[in-house]
Amino acid sequence: MSQHVVIKQDVSPGGSQFVTVRIGPQLFGLPIEAVQEVFVPDHITHVPLCIPQIEGVLNLRGRIVTMVNMRRLLGLPDGGGASMAVGIEHKGESYGLIIDSMGEVMMLDNASREANPTNLDPQWAGLATGVHRLPSELLLVLDVELALARLTTDRAA
Amino acid sequence: MDDLLREFLTETNESLDVADVELVKFEQDPNNAQILNNIFRLVHTMKGTCGFIGLSRLASLAHAAETLMDQFRQGIPVTTEAVGLVLITVDRIKEILVEIEASEGSEPPGSDEDLISQLDALSAAPAAAIAAPPLVPADPVAAPVAAPVKSVMNGAAAPVSEPKQGVAAVMQQLERALKPGEVSMEELERVFRETAVEVPAARAKLAELDNAKAVATVGAATAPTPAAGSLPAVREAPHAADPEAKSARVEDHALSVSNQSIRVNVTLLEHLMTMVSELVLTRNQLLEIARRDESSDFKVALQRLSNVTGELQGAIMRTRMQPIGNAWQKLPRIVRDLAQELGKHIELEQIGAETELDRQVLEQIKDPLTHMVRNSADHGLETTEERRRAGKPDKGTIRLSAYHQGGHVIVEISDDGKGLDVARIRAKAQENGLATAAELAKMPDSQVFRFIFAAGFSTAAKITNVSGRGVGMDVVRSNIEVIGGAVDVTSRPGAGCTFTIKIPLTLAIVPALIVEAMGERFALPQSSVVELVRVQPNSFHQVKRLKDAPVLCLREKLLPIVPLAQLLGIADDGKEQKFDDALIVVLQVGNQLFGVVVDAVSHTEEIVVKPMASVLRQLPMVSGSTILGDGRVIMIVDPVGLAKVAASPDETLGSDLHNTAAAATAAQGQTTPLLLIRAGSDDLKAVPLSLVTRLEELEATKLEHVNGHPVIQYRGALIPIVYVNEKVKRAINGTQPMLIFSDEGKTMGLVVDEIVDVVDAHLDMQLSSDAENLLGAAIIDGQAAEILDVGHYIDQAFGSWFKRLSGTRDKSGGKLLVVDDSAFYRNLIEPVLKGNGFEVTACGSAREALDRLGGETRFDIIVSDVEMPGMDGFQFAQAVRGDPQIRNVPIIALASEGAYDLVERGRAAGFTDYIAKSDRAGLIAALKEFTGAIHGEAA
Repeated sequence: MSQHVVIKQDVSPGGSQFVTVRIGPQLFGLPIEAVQEVFVPDHITHVPLCIPQIEGVLNLRGRIVTMVNMRRLLGLPDGGGASMAVGIEHKGESYGLIIDSMGEVMMLDNASREANPTNLDPQWAGLATGVHRLPSELLLVLDVELALARLTTDRAA
Repeated sequence: MDDLLREFLTETNESLDVADVELVKFEQDPNNAQILNNIFRLVHTMKGTCGFIGLSRLASLAHAAETLMDQFRQGIPVTTEAVGLVLITVDRIKEILVEIEASEGSEPPGSDEDLISQLDALSAAPAAAIAAPPLVPADPVAAPVAAPVKSVMNGAAAPVSEPKQGVAAVMQQLERALKPGEVSMEELERVFRETAVEVPAARAKLAELDNAKAVATVGAATAPTPAAGSLPAVREAPHAADPEAKSARVEDHALSVSNQSIRVNVTLLEHLMTMVSELVLTRNQLLEIARRDESSDFKVALQRLSNVTGELQGAIMRTRMQPIGNAWQKLPRIVRDLAQELGKHIELEQIGAETELDRQVLEQIKDPLTHMVRNSADHGLETTEERRRAGKPDKGTIRLSAYHQGGHVIVEISDDGKGLDVARIRAKAQENGLATAAELAKMPDSQVFRFIFAAGFSTAAKITNVSGRGVGMDVVRSNIEVIGGAVDVTSRPGAGCTFTIKIPLTLAIVPALIVEAMGERFALPQSSVVELVRVQPNSFHQVKRLKDAPVLCLREKLLPIVPLAQLLGIADDGKEQKFDDALIVVLQVGNQLFGVVVDAVSHTEEIVVKPMASVLRQLPMVSGSTILGDGRVIMIVDPVGLAKVAASPDETLGSDLHNTAAAATAAQGQTTPLLLIRAGSDDLKAVPLSLVTRLEELEATKLEHVNGHPVIQYRGALIPIVYVNEKVKRAINGTQPMLIFSDEGKTMGLVVDEIVDVVDAHLDMQLSSDAENLLGAAIIDGQAAEILDVGHYIDQAFGSWFKRLSGTRDKSGGKLLVVDDSAFYRNLIEPVLKGNGFEVTACGSAREALDRLGGETRFDIIVSDVEMPGMDGFQFAQAVRGDPQIRNVPIIALASEGAYDLVERGRAAGFTDYIAKSDRAGLIAALKEFTGAIHGEAA
């Protein structure tokens, strides 16, 4: 998996587009090609006895989407209020990542991406593949595959 | 992997499976040229194809096998050894195929010289056998068939390579004049050669060639058979002799077969199925909308859409159907190998192989079926010796049959062997603690047989490498139950046994009952639902508690019941469990019957099962999800998962039940469930039900004596037996009811004459008794009943337990709060204290006690255990002393005898007094002293 990350950083020249989302206080960037759609999660059905990181499932136009509570996945406290969800495909299954809010789509230069700082919480470092310095704040690049793989390892733990 | 190779692999694997089956048939029936030709054709086609796509290793193996088979056709005797060798070759080819598939097209390195040389040796050795009479005389009908077909193939694929010695050899067999309408062999030969030449020999046309051969075989077989008196066959012959008609038929046949079926990728079918499921869901949604909108115009169109969708769904479902024979394909080979290994003669009959069922289900039952057939061959059928002695034919039969029944497929596996050994199963069941001897004695045989499905249960006298290791039938059962099926067994001694498997046709769409728990809806597969029961305060069925565990008395059965919300972990912890007005869904999983309590039952619906995302797949209670008509996703509850918990509650569940039960008792006030019995006289006697661990039957013959005291072996331990009094019948044979009491490893049995009933009654002691074994008497349902002092009996059984309570009853009791983590102690002391006029509230933990103290009830005195998990007695006492509201309530400490060092510590912590736990008299005295003081002050 780490190899895969290295390739992403080194090989692709030019810029990448990111969908920016806010989870708790932090701004994250999701590679635009990973994002299928953005929707407002409604009527989530709780799944009994599952791990807390999974909020439940919902019916999105006939597909059953597994909803992931990103705050819990990142170890952040639950936040109240309205939320949004980012729909992604992972190994042929549909997932929805519940986030606090959506930002704009940004074009960022690959060359300006910096490695994760060494003192970043290991829980986060395992999901982020680098940092972009924006004028006002820092943007963590979120690797969707790694985030979803985390669900499986958490379940095993 | 290119398409050609993929197709080759699929086709060859299929051919090999067929070859396996055919070879086994051939071995038993070496004169059947039809079978031999089938095999030969398969191997030959494979050889050709392998050569064509450059798989030289396979080609040479196939060639060697083909040569040997050709020798069979020339009349060399068919031996088990030779067939075995061909089977081994088939296995080798399969292995190579697997590797080719894995490596995407290249043959693995390696040599098959060993096999080839053996095959060659066999083919070469009996060259003289053509002249010599074969072991089994060649059938004059069968043999000629072989020859023309072979030459047809030669004509097409390798026109000049093979000499036609076969024809010559065979021709001599027809030693009679042709009858009218028959054609000579030469004529047929000529016809077939001409026919075959018209078929292009390219590899792509090999399939057609197959068809041509198939027809040719039919033609040839029918031609020389008029001796058997088959009229249609006679009429058939002239047609076959006409070259034009023949070739036309070949083309027709080729056309129709290739046009009627196509190969479709399974993934595509799965996708279609998913799309249809979506369509069904959308239709359901539309119907839901239409229901709400009375005046809508689109109702007619919607109705039409609904019908079409239904038909489409049915059609797509059918594409997923496969004949069950596919799951049986490997069995003849397995049985054949087993028969060799075990030295038995076994025939495998297959009936209803064309019965269709969903391929997903088919996959699931393959292994269980194989296992059961192996079992039948190994344990079911006797050895040839035994069969002869029993006057049965040498050859044992295993019969596999399948047929539809309702929405299910029934598969039966029966053998004509010795049947199950009931006595052994009974003995084993008892040995394994699955049932007591008394229970077993009452059980009909049919029920006893079912023990073979219990885990780790094997009655095989000796362990063979085939079966008998005690794993198996339980796995078979669970595999079948996973797909919502059931398995049962019947047996007749000496006549064999029959396993019956009932499986659903499909898993994709199931009828389900939609229920509600804690405001959420869930789907329960209808196949597991037995009935719905509503329990109300005055209804016929009631929920009772047996040692805190809620049970439903349903007709003659006693079912454990569990709230669905609790099983699913969504129960509101703070809420008390009450079952006075409950809706119970009775579920059956295998032999387990249990009830789940739901809040509401809404309706039944055909639901489309959607698999869970991979991260949610291992959940214990949920097997999938579905979308309801209103668009909401709901979970499909897995009855097998429920059964695992409901039928054997684990620690946490047990304790949960415990606490809530204790709370419920407190809420109900002073009624106590009592078990009414008769012992020694007609008078009713009662025991608090909460003290009884179990009700058992004492088998007189099991009674032993140790040191003059009666004991029995109970669940692997010796337990003392006590009779309620001298007048209780001492049965010499048969059984007698017995109450089991147990606490912390101490278990005893109390023998009574009769168990009468369970009642909820106010335990209002009317009389204090002087008799040692009685607490007193009470009026229960208008009848006087003596309350047995369980403590006395335990004392009697174990010598040193609770001392007899002495002292007189005092009406002026106070409100007591008893804190003890042992439910048994609470249950023991509660009736005693109540009997002495106190109002008792019992708590299982210090936390709970503090909650109660914080509540509205004011307690006069607290009795607390010292050693408790979590907050112990000292901390509890400190907490009480720290609370200004209750700091003055006296607290009596209960501790193990002799722990006097604790006394000082206890006083420091705030305990008022200290009583040994076993000193009941002392406790009562102290309580009276304190309450007396309180009442005195108050007065």
